[in-house]
Amino acid sequence: MTIVGTSGLVLNEKLLFEHSDPGRKGYSLPKLDVPSAELPAELCRQEINGFPELSEVDVVRHFTRLSTWNYGVDSGFYPLGSCTMKYNPKVNEAAARIPGLAGIHPATPSHLSQGILELMYRLQSALAEISGFARVTLQPAAGAQGELAGMLVIRAWHEARGSKRTKVLIPDTAHGTNPATASLTGYDVMPIASEGILTLEEVEAHMNDDVAALMVTNPNTLGLFESNIEAICKLVHERGGMVYCDGANLNALMGIARPGDMGIDVMHFNLHKTFSTPHGGGGPGSGPVGVTEELIPYLPGPGVECDGLGVDCDKESYRLESANADSIGRMMAFHGNVGIMVRAYAYIRSMGPEGLKYASEMAVLNANYVRARLEGVYDLPYKSRSLHEVIFSDKDLEGSCHTLDVAKRLIDYGYHPPTIYFPLVVKGAIMIEPTETESREILDEFCDAMISIAGEARDNPDLLHQAPIRSKVRRLDETTAARKPKLRWEEGG
Amino acid sequence: MRYIPHTAGDVTQMLERVGVATLKDLFVEVPESVRLKRPLDLQELASETELLREFKALAAKNATPETHKSFLGGGAYHHFIPTVIDQLISRSEFYTAYTPYQPEISQGTLQAVFEFQSLICQLTGMAAANASMYDGASACAEAVLMAMRLTRRKRVLLSRAINPRYRAVVATYCRYLNLELVDVAVADDGRTDLDDLKAKLDDSTAAVVAGYPNYFGVIEDVAALAEQVHGAGARLVTAVAEPVALGLLKSPGELGADIVVGDAQSFGLPLAFGGPYVGFFAVRQKDVRGMPGRLVGETTDLEGQRGFVLTLATREQHIRREKATSNICSNQGLCALMATIFMSLLGKQGLREMAEQNLAKAAYARQQLSAVKGFSLVFNGPAFNEFVVRSEAPVAEVLTSLEKVGILAGIPLGEDYPELKDCFLVCVTEQNQREEIDALVAALQGGAA
Repeated sequence: MTIVGTSGLVLNEKLLFEHSDPGRKGYSLPKLDVPSAELPAELCRQEINGFPELSEVDVVRHFTRLSTWNYGVDSGFYPLGSCTMKYNPKVNEAAARIPGLAGIHPATPSHLSQGILELMYRLQSALAEISGFARVTLQPAAGAQGELAGMLVIRAWHEARGSKRTKVLIPDTAHGTNPATASLTGYDVMPIASEGILTLEEVEAHMNDDVAALMVTNPNTLGLFESNIEAICKLVHERGGMVYCDGANLNALMGIARPGDMGIDVMHFNLHKTFSTPHGGGGPGSGPVGVTEELIPYLPGPGVECDGLGVDCDKESYRLESANADSIGRMMAFHGNVGIMVRAYAYIRSMGPEGLKYASEMAVLNANYVRARLEGVYDLPYKSRSLHEVIFSDKDLEGSCHTLDVAKRLIDYGYHPPTIYFPLVVKGAIMIEPTETESREILDEFCDAMISIAGEARDNPDLLHQAPIRSKVRRLDETTAARKPKLRWEEGG
Repeated sequence: MRYIPHTAGDVTQMLERVGVATLKDLFVEVPESVRLKRPLDLQELASETELLREFKALAAKNATPETHKSFLGGGAYHHFIPTVIDQLISRSEFYTAYTPYQPEISQGTLQAVFEFQSLICQLTGMAAANASMYDGASACAEAVLMAMRLTRRKRVLLSRAINPRYRAVVATYCRYLNLELVDVAVADDGRTDLDDLKAKLDDSTAAVVAGYPNYFGVIEDVAALAEQVHGAGARLVTAVAEPVALGLLKSPGELGADIVVGDAQSFGLPLAFGGPYVGFFAVRQKDVRGMPGRLVGETTDLEGQRGFVLTLATREQHIRREKATSNICSNQGLCALMATIFMSLLGKQGLREMAEQNLAKAAYARQQLSAVKGFSLVFNGPAFNEFVVRSEAPVAEVLTSLEKVGILAGIPLGEDYPELKDCFLVCVTEQNQREEIDALVAALQGGAA
């Protein structure tokens, strides 16, 4: 087996501030062509203490060196479960940088922003078609903000009917954002312990007239399809509740099945997962929300409207419609992360309807292939058919090694580790989501590495405990970092 | 499909290994009743050439500062963007990475965020800053929630002179949290009315939010605000939508602000019809553990080398779930990197010079415009790069007639401020050449009124 990870020349690099030298300059501004002006002296500061002084070369070299310490999807396989680390197409980047799309001010009057409004309208229509919802708002900035928008919509719907329900049901496999969002919406969280997928009986036992909503993820974070979803939605509706779906795992379902057709009322999308926009080292994302017809009045505003028939309507007819009286209001200062929407729409246009379905099929095939190759080497806690991701555990690992050690050893082999210790219901979880953009060749190499590591855990556990040894830094002291937080550079500090 | 590498042979062999006959069999757990039995109704795929042609055609229908003389601000600013920024953020090790959960292979992102946090602290005069928020408005909402948690009080006063969209987002976030939001009036000079504030402040007030500069471009007396607010045991939140001003103005921290939030779009981010931008969030030392959002801290590795990690995660949703300080999961990583590169390039001298240019250009424009018959300035408080103009002729007509000569003169204020229905907000930055300002003045003189 060829180990991808090796050690090359790694360059050290100081902090910006440690490079700074008074008098260096990294910018050029035009000469001032109007008389200079002054503010009253008592309003002005002397200088910005600590701000660096660097040349353009210093800055370019600094950040180029920092970049080499990172690992991205373009560096290699990134099977981070639940994050859908698929390839980020380059044409999307080019599209988002077209001056007429990148340079438009958000307060530009509608008749002078028809192009961007049309693009947003087409994107929200495409997302509605893919998900089976009546309407999609593009405003939320990320998945968690989409959840907030969606749960506020549900609460607004309840309030409008005079319903004062106080609780939200959340399976214990859910992302942490789900309970945090429910809390921010003013609801109490009732966790449901689930064994794999939710059963109708479990939901029935908890679903009473104080429960406003059930939050599900489908496929769930175990990579399993919630097969009882229709019956569950029906039950929740009969008892006066709503069903929210975390759309983090939509990559398994495009063109296969639509959450809106399952009875789900609200779902957020993660454009930075399913729709290929780059994760940017933590953002920006984009978290549009789809809803059923009944919930449209409560969506955040303003939204993009079209006086006509979808993409074929008149050239001059796209407009931003102010939120109506029932709306939950605004989520963002402007119209959301439009630059991300441009990339996502470029992806949808590049893939077409068959391409999106094929992407989901290949994503599911890849996850199942990894599962087939690693089952028996690593413990597989849930046996039903996986969709886009597969969850193993460290239970069968021999000797003193745990999930964390496997993850760190993978770094030495040249891979980004999977998501680990999530979902919480699986002890020592190793959550692998290959996505569709990885070839069989890559998957085989990765599986070989995983098998090799299982052998090392048995024969030479120290290799795992010491790992990683080929990275820029070794394991870091996170305890001291949290106990005595040093969150900024300080002169002489 | 160029993004999917499987050959037909791969698919066959992989299915065999998995132990199923067809791709459809992979979805056996998806009940037949919910399967989509038709193709998605979407346009056929576009090739790369077709796609760019289509997107350029859409782009051509938009007015930008390249096609129009633009004086639009109001929370989104047309500033100089150094070429270096896009070159550096196009390093795909930066933009194709995830949140730095594995610090050994994420030191680039982590060190850059640590630098971002440090620069924001220096700029705002605060002790600690987080790794960034979605935008200035959501950062403002999170600040209000944080003040509420720290003080255990339920009343928040919002200056009417902060960006009305920030106020709207605060209202959305607080909608079901049993919080009382109260507006504070604007005084004649365009600053927050200190008498009205005094009347409304009480011992149930968690926070007071004011802009710096505010939505009208006026520079608030932060020290006076802080004195009153602290007297009532509340927290002062300053929202900075135009951080270029901080190149020149005293830092909010120095003047007594407790939480400083804002948007760093001005620092090298394209206008992009409103996003992605990047919110910043800075606090005093005592409040660090009550902050929302990601934080990066310095530490050492096994061999004693300096390194950086995500830290104080016990505040966050993935650990605390419903008891977290916020539901936020991501930050605006790449946008924070852009702002970091911008601040590195401009540095101590550059940010000041840029701020001085903004001040001078806006002062020139203000002076010229105030001399045009039919137009007047509304507020006389000290201003940075924006100001409010009152028009004798209906604002909509004035703005429309200017659009026809290629000028986006400003943002009408009537929708957000009924008492200012005859006014618009003008922004002048270092990007506006004198000729553009003169053209605006000439157009107003020449019968736009």
